[in-house]
Amino acid sequence: MSDEFPYLEDADEVVAVQRGPEPGGARGAYRAFGETLRGLRTTLARLIEGPVTIQYPEEKTPVYPRFRGRHKLHRFEDTGLEKCVGCSLCAAACPADCIRVVAAENDPEDRVSAGERYAAVYEINLARCIFCGYCEVACPFDAITMGHDYELADYNRSDLIFTKEMLLAEPIERTPLRREGE
Amino acid sequence: MIPVADVGFAEAAWIMIVKSLVIFLVVFMIVPVLTVVERKLIGRFQHRYGPNRVGPVGLLQPVADILKLVGKQVFRPDAAVPFLYAIGPALVIFSGITTIAILPFGNVKDGVGFYGIDVPIGVLYFFAFGSISFYGLLLSGWSSGSKYSFLGAMRSAAQLISYEVAMGLSLLGAIMMAGSLSLVSVVEAQGELWYVIPQFVGFIIFMVAGFAETSRAPFDLPEADSELVQGFQTEYGGTRFASFLLAEYLEMFVVSGIAVAFFLGGWMGPGPGWLDPIWMIGKILALICVFIWVRATLPRLRYDQLMSLGWKVLLPLATLNVLVTAVLVVVA
Repeated sequence: MSDEFPYLEDADEVVAVQRGPEPGGARGAYRAFGETLRGLRTTLARLIEGPVTIQYPEEKTPVYPRFRGRHKLHRFEDTGLEKCVGCSLCAAACPADCIRVVAAENDPEDRVSAGERYAAVYEINLARCIFCGYCEVACPFDAITMGHDYELADYNRSDLIFTKEMLLAEPIERTPLRREGE
Repeated sequence: MIPVADVGFAEAAWIMIVKSLVIFLVVFMIVPVLTVVERKLIGRFQHRYGPNRVGPVGLLQPVADILKLVGKQVFRPDAAVPFLYAIGPALVIFSGITTIAILPFGNVKDGVGFYGIDVPIGVLYFFAFGSISFYGLLLSGWSSGSKYSFLGAMRSAAQLISYEVAMGLSLLGAIMMAGSLSLVSVVEAQGELWYVIPQFVGFIIFMVAGFAETSRAPFDLPEADSELVQGFQTEYGGTRFASFLLAEYLEMFVVSGIAVAFFLGGWMGPGPGWLDPIWMIGKILALICVFIWVRATLPRLRYDQLMSLGWKVLLPLATLNVLVTAVLVVVA
C-alpha cells in the first residue's frame, strides 16, 4: 500500500473508489430489468400510502403555539381596559417601521387604559410588517402579541393598515393550533 | 353484402352498423374517463390527490378540459402546409378508431359477434392500420413548419419503425401456439391456459414495445415536453390538439386490448356469458393502469438508449422467443 501511495503516511487513509457495474451487455439488461421492477415497487408503495396533500382552503396546516402571525392587542380580562399605555416602545423596536402610535392622556372619569396614558391611534401597516416579533418583546405590558392568523391577503394596500379596533377584535377565523407532540 | 375481405363471421349489414356504433360509443365514453383516471392515479403515485375540484371527486374534469379545448380558436402557423397540417390529426384519429374494430369483446352470441369484425388476418390488420397513425404524426410534424415539430416527427418515425418489428415478433409466439391470426380464435385457444404464462417473454416485449408505439413514458421522446415542447404537436391547439390526445388514449386502449386478447385470455373469466365484454374491458383498463403506473415510475429514455433497447435487446429477445416457441410447437 505504501509503495502505491508513497505520499500517504497511514494506509487507512486510502479510500477505495466504488464503481457501479458496467452498463450494457446481457448482465446490464438483466440489471436494468431488475431496477425497473424495483422502481415500480417504489411508486406502488407511494400509491398505497395515500396522499399527504392538505386541501388548503378547507383544511389548514396547524401552526405551532409560538407561530408569529397577525398581531393582537389585548385588554385586561377583569376590567376590560386596554393593556396598551401608548409608550411607543413597539414602534421604536420595529425594524420595518410599520407601527404608528399616538398617545393621549387618560380621562380619569372614562379610562381607556390602565396607565396614565393610552394609545389614541395604534396602527400596524401589515404590508410592511416582517413578522419578526420585536414589538411583542419590546412591550412592557404584554399588550401586543403575535397571533396565529396568516391569511392576510387583500385587494388594497390601504386595507392592510390595521387600526387599533381591528387589532383588538377577536379574529373571525381561528387558525388551527398544533397539538402537543404533533 | 359481399365482405371486403374474407371474414370468419358476418351478420346483416344493419347489425354490423349498430354494433360498430355501440363499440365506438362505449370506447369513446371510456377515453375521457381515462384522462381523469390517469391524472388522479399519477397524483396518488406522487402522494397527492390529482384533480378533485370539478364535480364529485373531480370526475367532471374531462368535460371541463374538452370544453376548454373545443372553445379555442382554430389557427394555423404561416409556415405550415395547410392541407397536410389539417390531415395529420385526422389520420391519427382514423388509425385509432379503425383498429378498435378487431378487438374481440366476446364470441358470437345469438347470431351477433361481440366485435367489430373478425378478420382472419387479425393482427396484420392491427399493424396495417396502426401504422397509419405514424403517417399522421410524421405529416403533422413536418407540415407544421417548426423545428421542434420536425424533430419530434423524425423521432417518432425512427421510434415507431424500430419498435414495430419487435412488437410483431412478440405476438408471433402466441400466434404459433394458437395456429391462427384471428383474434377471436387466439382468445378461444386460451381456454385452458392464458398465453401470458407460456409466452411471458412475448408479453413483456409486447408491453414494452406497446409503450413505445403509443409514445408513452418512458418512450415519450416524440412528445418530450421538456425538450421538444410536445414535439409534433407543438403548433397544434384546440380541437386538433385534443384529437392527438384522444388518439393517444385510443391507441393505449387498442394496444392494451390486443395484449389482453393475445396474452390475458381476452373476454374469458368466471361468470355468465353476458359478462364477457365486461371482463374484456376490465382487463383492458387494468393494463391501462399498468401504462399509467409505468409512466409514473420511469424517466424518459435517451435517444440512443431507446434505439439500443429496441434493436439490441427487444429484437433479439423476441426472435429467440419465436424460435424457441416454434421448436416447442413442432415437438409437442
